[in-house]
Amino acid sequence: MKIAFKLAFRNLIGAGLRTWLNVIVLSFSFVVIIWMKGILVGWDHQAKNDMEQWEIGKGQFWHNQYDPYDGFTITDSHAPIPNEFKPEIEKGEMVPMLFAQGTIYPQGRMQPAMIKGIPANQTLLKIPTHKLDSVTDVIPAIIGEVMARSSHLEKGSRVVLRWRDSKGTFDAAEIEIVDIFSTTVPTIDVAQVWINLETMQEKLLLPEQATLFSFANAEENRPAVGDFRLKTKKELTAEIDAMIKTKSKGQSVFYFILLLLAMLAIFDTQILSIFRRQKEIGTYVALGYTRQQVVTLFTVEGAMHAVLAAALAAVYGIPFFIWQSKVGFTIPMDTSEFGMAIAPTMYPIYSVGLILSTTLIVLLTTSVVSYWPARRIAKMNPTEALRGKIQ
Amino acid sequence: MENSAIIQINQLIKRFPMGKGEFTALKGINLDFGTGEFAGLIGPSGSGKTTLLNIIGSLDMPTEGEAVVLGKPISKLSSKESAKLRKESLGFIFQSYNLLQVHTVFENVEFPLLLLDYTTAERKKMVMDALEWVGLTDKVKSKPPQLSGGECQRVAIARAMVKKPSLVLADEPTANLDAANSHNILQTMLNLNRELKTTFIFATHDEKVIGYLKRKIFLKDGLVDHEEWINQ
Repeated sequence: MKIAFKLAFRNLIGAGLRTWLNVIVLSFSFVVIIWMKGILVGWDHQAKNDMEQWEIGKGQFWHNQYDPYDGFTITDSHAPIPNEFKPEIEKGEMVPMLFAQGTIYPQGRMQPAMIKGIPANQTLLKIPTHKLDSVTDVIPAIIGEVMARSSHLEKGSRVVLRWRDSKGTFDAAEIEIVDIFSTTVPTIDVAQVWINLETMQEKLLLPEQATLFSFANAEENRPAVGDFRLKTKKELTAEIDAMIKTKSKGQSVFYFILLLLAMLAIFDTQILSIFRRQKEIGTYVALGYTRQQVVTLFTVEGAMHAVLAAALAAVYGIPFFIWQSKVGFTIPMDTSEFGMAIAPTMYPIYSVGLILSTTLIVLLTTSVVSYWPARRIAKMNPTEALRGKIQ
Repeated sequence: MENSAIIQINQLIKRFPMGKGEFTALKGINLDFGTGEFAGLIGPSGSGKTTLLNIIGSLDMPTEGEAVVLGKPISKLSSKESAKLRKESLGFIFQSYNLLQVHTVFENVEFPLLLLDYTTAERKKMVMDALEWVGLTDKVKSKPPQLSGGECQRVAIARAMVKKPSLVLADEPTANLDAANSHNILQTMLNLNRELKTTFIFATHDEKVIGYLKRKIFLKDGLVDHEEWINQ
């Protein structure tokens, strides 16, 4: 086997441009596959990280009735804050939130909005809630950039907010947009208006009540408390996992095509080699190789394209990966309304596992593609091969 | 015969499928070759000389009869055993040299040694010795496309001789060479035959080669027509 590697290396290097063309194509596959997978991993990491920092913390407790996909559940999704949560809330490790459906009237237009009450002094989430302490003669409110764009509201804009309190009575008040924050998490931005929790409780006639809680304690097995059930971070980010899985499948098709092109080149080279190098094959046999050893030699030769490609990919790929992980990849379109936590610039993350698994897949595929045509050698008659007469 | 028989051929028949029928290339050959012979199978195209050489070289199998080479019955050898025989004891020289084009002269000559258990230092010495026999020590790093036909054939001889095999089989070794190169090559082989006592068997119809042979075996239509021994 050692000889096969030595000879295969000599043959490949000796073949010159033909080898390098294949190696360049294959190395390109290496780099693109690793980079794209890195982007997906980076996106997954960024999306979950942003959700954690902006919305869910290490997990949430939801009111039993609460279903974010069913607007009808919102009205009844509230209950008094359980005493068990109060120490955590006081330490700033838990943030209660109260939700209600409402309507805003920017420039006389009617626009539905989810009103969310959150303590102004919370520091667990990155939402700039301290702005809710601004002194105004109306209710101070903050919104995200997407909401600001869709409602044509600016910092300092005043708009009428209407809601229905717990008794079913419609009420309305003017709010002032005291801050517009930028986030990649659409679920806290799109059609959301954030006001102080105490104001919200007062307006809804729901003192000391909340819809859900985000907490900082990562303990997974927290039991349900009163009307509130645990939603782990894993459950809350399941949508991202599902999206990444879907994207990953889509990308797999792309990898397959990319690999297929590279493999076609190698397969073609192998077929051509076996026909062009009949005399060489016959010579190997005459000099003492068994036909099976020649098959191994040609297979190793083909598979070594992948080894050289990995080396070449490392030469230009590693600097590219490092550069990309620093500057990131900016998506050439507006990602704010994708409905997913997608940052405009995504930073790829490469793991050893990702690089090793990609290398292994490419190496195995190349070996199979190299072996396939090389099997023909085992059936060759060496005397005819020596004369180069096999058709 | 100069010494004890290293090749014994008994009633050797070789048939090849041809269309719906068969073509009989060898029709019952009986021959013995001894150590240190410088012999040639002579005959026109289709007389069976290359077929016989291939069977002796265990590259092909007899249809009937037997060829015992260095004590090994060719028809009974497995693929691995025949490869072992070629690897350890046989050297081949071909009409079109059959050098590995992308390898240097050194690497081409070194190739048979890679298959045997020699150290790098041993291989280097043996290759340089073989290249000295054929006068190509100055072409060590050249590749076959950079060499003349005569030089290529001398590399092929060095490759065949480097492991000092018991038997060298040469199929039309001078067919692609001019007269001067042919004589040069043949003189080299003759010297090696004398110095190393290696048995050389040629398949040829080249008069230049025939002139150097000590034993001439004339084949005609797959049979030995007659033999001539030259006393030198």
